[in-house]
Amino acid sequence: MSKFPEFDGVLTCPVSVGVSERILLGHGSGGRLSAELIQSVFLPAFDNTALNHLNDQAIVDFAGKQLAITTDTFVVKPLFFPGGDIGSLAVHGTINDLAMGGVQPLYLSVAFILEEGLEIDALRRVVTSLQRAAEEAGVQVVTGDTKVVEKGHGDGLFINTTGIGIVPGRLHLSADQATPGDRVILSGPIGDHGIAILAQREGLSFETTIQSDSAALHTLVRAMLQGVPSGAIRCMRDPTRGGLSSTANEIAAQSKVGIVLQEEKIPVREEVRGACELLGLDPLYVANEGKLVAVVDPAAAEAVLKAMRAHPLGREACIIGTVTESNRGTVVMRTAFGTMRIVDMLPGDQLPRIC
Amino acid sequence: MRYIDEFRDPRLAKSLIADIVRHVTRPWVLMEICGGQTHTLVRYGFDELLPRYIELVHGPGCPVCVTPLDRVDKAIAIASRPDVIFVSYGDMLRVPGSKSDLFQVKAAGGDVRVVYSPCEAVKIAEANPDRQIVFFGVGFETTAPAHALTVLQAHRLGLLNFSLLASHVLVPPAIETLLQSPRNRVQGFIAPGHVCTIVGYKEYEQLAARHHVPIVVGGFEPTDLLEAIRELILQLETGRAEVVNQYARSVSRAGNLAAQQAIELVFERCDRRWRGIGFIPKSGMRIRAEFAQYDAERVFGIEESGAEEASECIAADVLMGLKKPMDCPAFGSVCVPESPLGAPMVSSEGACAAYYRYRRHETQASGEVH
Repeated sequence: MSKFPEFDGVLTCPVSVGVSERILLGHGSGGRLSAELIQSVFLPAFDNTALNHLNDQAIVDFAGKQLAITTDTFVVKPLFFPGGDIGSLAVHGTINDLAMGGVQPLYLSVAFILEEGLEIDALRRVVTSLQRAAEEAGVQVVTGDTKVVEKGHGDGLFINTTGIGIVPGRLHLSADQATPGDRVILSGPIGDHGIAILAQREGLSFETTIQSDSAALHTLVRAMLQGVPSGAIRCMRDPTRGGLSSTANEIAAQSKVGIVLQEEKIPVREEVRGACELLGLDPLYVANEGKLVAVVDPAAAEAVLKAMRAHPLGREACIIGTVTESNRGTVVMRTAFGTMRIVDMLPGDQLPRIC
Repeated sequence: MRYIDEFRDPRLAKSLIADIVRHVTRPWVLMEICGGQTHTLVRYGFDELLPRYIELVHGPGCPVCVTPLDRVDKAIAIASRPDVIFVSYGDMLRVPGSKSDLFQVKAAGGDVRVVYSPCEAVKIAEANPDRQIVFFGVGFETTAPAHALTVLQAHRLGLLNFSLLASHVLVPPAIETLLQSPRNRVQGFIAPGHVCTIVGYKEYEQLAARHHVPIVVGGFEPTDLLEAIRELILQLETGRAEVVNQYARSVSRAGNLAAQQAIELVFERCDRRWRGIGFIPKSGMRIRAEFAQYDAERVFGIEESGAEEASECIAADVLMGLKKPMDCPAFGSVCVPESPLGAPMVSSEGACAAYYRYRRHETQASGEVH
């Protein structure tokens, strides 16, 4: 398809014009290109009720229980980074996708795609770390698979993990349940993971003390759910790829509501802000691996916040915004100057600027 | 964050705005030249906070935006060669050429790499002696010294596999063109602080005197821009036309002499086409004949594609400050960042992209959020 389609004045096609005929890196960014790929390729093919909720995990009825299942693939470079490695990340990421549905995670599968030439010692370190993370989270790795690809066809090693768990009782958290008036709660400062990874990449030799926030969030979620009435927490999401902006936009779109965020309420560590300033990036779009966003009934917001702050992973939790009737499907930010601006989903990855 | 937060202080901003309101008595049209300045103004919504009759128009100072189509095509042709590692700044990758963009070249197997520092390209050349390394040298006077250094460094190292696809443009000739245009509406300019950090502002003093127009060399943070706007209003209201340096923490009158020397050594002025605007005499820089072996245009000898812009794109009027992005019928419908019709929608510094990213709610639900 040409990059410059003839403009006939009418937009009839739901797929945006100028869509590439090939997969671009941006299709994996968690931004709008990823969303388009899901809408145009995957959903039409797999169309079913559990999938169509588009939550981080699918919930299916099984033998009188609500069974939750999710899968995630990890392609992080470098394999080892401050605050974690691809092994612990593969456990945390999948557990968090379950946890966002209030699910008690139980079992994991692990599949490795190894590149010819990878040092076995590196693999051993990843596996050890993966096992330790699973043990700490109280889940077992019960099955797995290994494939090896030719040198040059993989980045050292890729990991896929699938997780299953049980939804307690009749709990139902879903990103289409945000209601005008609800509060938006964030569990802590954003951007740590993305900047920790970026600082390690070749060609970007700056020194930081920033550590990835990679962590399993299911115990925090459990603490949040205890002590508030059923239904008070509408939904939870972990703002991974695409950052806080993508997560907020997904909730706004799926619940058909507006979201107003307060710029000065969103916590960002000094080091992360500094790195973002230098690199021309916006922390709203930088990945996190140990944070969650919860949309909560205003009457229960203080109780949820209190429960979060009592948990080590939610100590810096705060209310960052409100769900609104207006601007449905859109996220807007009230700046420190009192003006409003849109918080858009990026088409693909954030691009470093020229100057 | 120290040295940043001070320039984003809402209380200081409010007092600057109050000061502007106190002094302004009639409508004025001001232009910020640099895309980075546009971005700050739109991001923080200052055009909303200022009195309605101070009109801010957005200038041609986005290097990604004004890089002409045929140069992007040239870059794509070179990057598609199997013997080439093509190195670029990140935001050039999504810029549409006439048929493709560098992201698609990469997806089709081209070796396209993103760097923050041009000197990384020289390191890549050292590490890959069997490949041709080409750096896409885009930018205003700001990036030119670093690009000149890549050539000097490659020369010093005796590298035979490094070249620069130079696509530099200069700000003062563009301001001159704008001021000479019978359609010009701009009455005062915020000059680009980063450009002036390199070249100083003597040339701007000549412009101000010749056209009797006030010019304030401005920074990029909210209070920088409000201070610059206040200075322009004070001058306009009292009939003055001077150059004032608001961004004194970075800019001196003479500029960075070492950087200027590097530019002078490697580049010479030439006529250059600007995307959306057209030819501007002596507005570009090309590599001098002495360094021909580092000039990608000479090394690869790729013909100009002569490609023209999509006709419905009003980039020219936007870049010259005659129209606002939202005046374009294609804005936000057929022209979006994923499939831009013209360059101002591509870069995060482009005026159309800034409006799309931060201000679309005004067209969607006017009034509801205010």
